[in-house]
Amino acid sequence: MAKSIRVRAKAKGDTTTVKALITHPMETGLRKNKKTGKKIPAHYIQEVTCKHNGANVMTAHWGPAVSKNPYVSIQLSGAAAGDSIELSWVDNKGGKDTTSTKVK
Amino acid sequence: MQRRTFLQGSLAGGAVAVAVGAGLLSPRSVMAAWPEGAFNAKSVQDAMSGLFGSADSTATGDIKIKAPDIAENGAVVPVSVNTSIGGTSKIAIIAEKNGQPLAASFDLGKGAQGFVSTRIKMGKTSDVIAVVEAGGKRFSARKNVKVTIGGCGG
Repeated sequence: MAKSIRVRAKAKGDTTTVKALITHPMETGLRKNKKTGKKIPAHYIQEVTCKHNGANVMTAHWGPAVSKNPYVSIQLSGAAAGDSIELSWVDNKGGKDTTSTKVK
Repeated sequence: MQRRTFLQGSLAGGAVAVAVGAGLLSPRSVMAAWPEGAFNAKSVQDAMSGLFGSADSTATGDIKIKAPDIAENGAVVPVSVNTSIGGTSKIAIIAEKNGQPLAASFDLGKGAQGFVSTRIKMGKTSDVIAVVEAGGKRFSARKNVKVTIGGCGG
């Protein structure tokens, strides 16, 4: 599941904006396969964490109502260019991924 | 070829697991922390109690919700929440008329500003409620979003 996350962090004055796109189906468990009529099992991200220089700045808990291929953005204060930003997620089937980037 | 990339991917995943295990949050505690009751709740009240321990909140103008007035596609509704309330520790996004109203909750640590932006699914036209917890108190704001094509199920 590597490379499922694209993350950018950009500093502007005091505020650093972190934007991330995650590739994930985010199945609700309510949709049906049109050919077989069977329900597609739920498969969605439950937790997303963001770390700034190793310190946790955001922990998000998500339900299945977050859109497919989720987008998330947060803003940090006190981050400077060159700082490391690490983003990771865990889904309800135990799948996970982590990636990190530098603040620009 | 595909098998090779898969193996490399799983190796990388293993390294990540070690890194996460060595860090503050082990995957097990991560899973346990997911508020299952709040996400499975069928009403806004139950979701709020499950998440915050109380369903009460004060309506305030200090929370700005940015969402479209009319969402053509309920599967992708961009929602941004911006709050000027100091000491914001948690922001929850709730779609009032979804089968399971709670869409997402964000715990904000030190250094994070009162801002989150994401995209949610909405089954039908309803209010989007943003609940902000700051200093042990809860504040909320709502914005109506008209949905022309639902995004849950179907």
